[in-house]
Amino acid sequence: MDFSTPEHAGPPGPSAGSGGRRAAGRGVAGRLPWMLVLPAVAGLVFLVLPLAGLLIRAPWPTLLERLAEPHVLEALRLSLACATVATACCLLLGVPLAWLLARVEFPGRRLVRALVTVPLVLPPVVGGVALLLVLGRRGLVGQWLESSFGVTLPFTTAGVIVAEAFVAMPFLVISVEGALRGADQRFEEAAATLGASRWTVFRRVTLPMVMPGVVAGAVLCWARALGEFGATITFAGNFPGTTRTMPLAVYLALETEPEAAIVLSLVLLAVSVIILASLRDRWVSAA
Amino acid sequence: MSRRLPRWAIALPVALALAGLSGCGSGEPAATPDAGSSSAAGGGAGEVTVFAAASLTGTFTELGKTFEAAHPGTTVRFNFGSSATLAQQIVQGAPADVFAAASPATMKTVTDASLAASPVTFVRNKLQIAVPKDNPAEVDELKDLTDAKVKVALCAEQVPCGAAAVKALDAAGLKVTPVTLEQDVKATLTKVELGEVDAALVYRTDVIASAGKVTGIEFPEADQAINDYPIATLAKAPAGDLAGQFVDLVLSQQGKDVLTKAGFEAP
Amino acid sequence: MSLDARLVVTRAAFTLDLDLHVAAGEVVALLGPNGAGKTTALRALAGLTGLSEGEIVLDGRPLHTLAAEQRPIGMVFQDYLLFPHLSALDNVAFGPRCQGVPKAEARRAAAALLERVGLADRAAARPRELSGGQAQRVALARALAVRPELLLLDEPLAALDAHTRLEIRSQLRRHLADFDGATVLVTHDPLDAMVLADRLIVIEGGTIVQQGTPAEVARRPRTDYVARLVGLNLYRGVADGALVKVGEWPLHTSENLEGPAFVAFPPAAVALYRSRPDGSPRNLWQARIGGIERHGDNVRVHLDGPVTAFADITPAAVADLDLTPGQRIWASVKATETHAYPA
Repeated sequence: MDFSTPEHAGPPGPSAGSGGRRAAGRGVAGRLPWMLVLPAVAGLVFLVLPLAGLLIRAPWPTLLERLAEPHVLEALRLSLACATVATACCLLLGVPLAWLLARVEFPGRRLVRALVTVPLVLPPVVGGVALLLVLGRRGLVGQWLESSFGVTLPFTTAGVIVAEAFVAMPFLVISVEGALRGADQRFEEAAATLGASRWTVFRRVTLPMVMPGVVAGAVLCWARALGEFGATITFAGNFPGTTRTMPLAVYLALETEPEAAIVLSLVLLAVSVIILASLRDRWVSAA
Repeated sequence: MSRRLPRWAIALPVALALAGLSGCGSGEPAATPDAGSSSAAGGGAGEVTVFAAASLTGTFTELGKTFEAAHPGTTVRFNFGSSATLAQQIVQGAPADVFAAASPATMKTVTDASLAASPVTFVRNKLQIAVPKDNPAEVDELKDLTDAKVKVALCAEQVPCGAAAVKALDAAGLKVTPVTLEQDVKATLTKVELGEVDAALVYRTDVIASAGKVTGIEFPEADQAINDYPIATLAKAPAGDLAGQFVDLVLSQQGKDVLTKAGFEAP
Repeated sequence: MSLDARLVVTRAAFTLDLDLHVAAGEVVALLGPNGAGKTTALRALAGLTGLSEGEIVLDGRPLHTLAAEQRPIGMVFQDYLLFPHLSALDNVAFGPRCQGVPKAEARRAAAALLERVGLADRAAARPRELSGGQAQRVALARALAVRPELLLLDEPLAALDAHTRLEIRSQLRRHLADFDGATVLVTHDPLDAMVLADRLIVIEGGTIVQQGTPAEVARRPRTDYVARLVGLNLYRGVADGALVKVGEWPLHTSENLEGPAFVAFPPAAVALYRSRPDGSPRNLWQARIGGIERHGDNVRVHLDGPVTAFADITPAAVADLDLTPGQRIWASVKATETHAYPA
């Protein structure tokens, strides 16, 4: 939404000038440009074909039987729970971080912004090792955590959440920062003239206005956390019930039983597609 | 064993290969031939493509150089990885000349598909208890791993070192509750090196390769769980004779020397 | 609730420096061309732009040391900036809620204000469902809801079409008359300024060039910008009795003055002739027609010559005189139709 031009605030009827302009902008009809459509279709095929491969190779006759195995449900439940909690953590820390990057001038901001994206470019396994070096039992912070609070993160479900949040947070931060930069800051000024403190401005004006960006970021973040493998297995290890999420189960199944791996992958895919699609519908209709 | 590469150089390529799995929200089917595989270049006359278990990275790299020196103009390309993954890649048509697996089971995947005949066991590997250098939990025998206070890492049962660990523990009649079941032996070893666990069951070769970062403890039950490494030329080997010549080198006295120095046992 | 301010804002290529005094209940309009610094002045009063120097004192209390959210102000923005995610009612209730008024009470007060601006039935509407005039009134209600001591309006009517503007202007005038605090209004439209303000302050290039009641300013413009706004021909010269010399051009007036002076006369006072007229108006000169354009019901003729001037004549006169651009023509203005005042 763009409120910077007065036309948008004007009445739809009498201001013929703006109405005409809008109508003209929408009225580009005619044939679809194949220069765009062909690569678009090719891109779609490229993305969807591997999924088709999974579906074709799936051992349909034994599918239900395999699904009913307790360890599958256990891994699925763990995956969903960890990805959701990790996303919540990312929201708690990532939205303020995005706000800081978008709204506060401070020396070295460009560097900080680059650092935020490090987990994106870092191979997840390396990220996992890095987490071990910091939060592990003998890590810089982990040592202190254990001696002071008796808390160790590796090999625990909390460790899975830490690894997933580490890898997924940049998706949220980048998305929310973009939304914040796109938002018209004059609304925040208007709120200030009405007596809103900066926190109130953020909570009651900024956040609602960038909510679509926050939701999009959270969805990306959740999806990334759900599929997280490298950092999780390296930092949190792999033990059924506590740290073996679906991707880890898929990987191990691949070692001995590729068919089981396909089943697990399909379950993960189906669940995530259902959740994301329903979320999206809700948001599109709400907006 | 200073000839071996530093541990990161070994752990990272393996790790990076695994990392590929994490990007897509689910495991890829094994049907995808490894894009990083050098064999994609095709089997030129002077090129041998060897798929070998990750635990052979150091020794085979050295043997590859020896082979290249003995056959001027020839290049040996390696694809190191989990034996199971490599076997899947071969079954799915990856153009390999030689397959050296860390277990007879993974070799069987390939022989069952009639892609290789008459594999030969060229080395055996034995488990050791690996503990951090300062051995904080004071582990000195297999029974110590059953103590609840001792954090233990094992390989997952699905990978050869995990299967061997289960066999050894069963033979000793011990029940160990590990904190983690790692996806491969290098990852297991890393947990010991970083001190995240107090002990792990890994191969003797891995302890030696860690160049003093961990301490290896022999235990008698290891003899019950010895791992055979089979090697075979592949039926459709693009390199033809060169493939057989590479296997010959591995089986030769020179090959044995390199392998035993790294901690492998002769079959 | 009177305002005394000296606003100095220094930017790279621009300095705003003005003294501003607004009595309680008074409406002052800041009038000026684009880029004159009107909006900067308003933002400085609101606390949205920092002062480089100066002070803002409201009823003896310094405001410039306070952050925007702590100032007892209400502001109406040019495009209203109603929060798109809140209903009209919640937009109006926003300010009181920030001041700690309980939700139910804030909404009651907001509903009363909406009723006052005639929008009781639109309380539940989102801003995008409101017409421009409705949005303007919600914005006013929102600014008044915080019970401000200083009301700031930035081009409050600029976003409206001509028809709505007329209606909203007179409503706004009523609401401003009811408001007992100081009001500062920014506009570039002279009509808005004349109708809404008790006093005009004309700003050009960051400084005040003229101020006074709308009638004073309209009658005695002191810059070309103001003269154009109020539709007068304006000249600056040196007076010697009833004669003002504008450059070398003598202009007879009806007032007696000495020294630097302005002379102003409306375009309608200028008469045009194809040939030199008989009799002798005191101010007669030969001019060249620079352009002809419609101006309301009349036709405005641009005259080049010893001085440039505008003449407003009827369409019938244009036909009679057969005027074309470039043509040479005689122009006159009676001394009694001019108005001279000290510069």
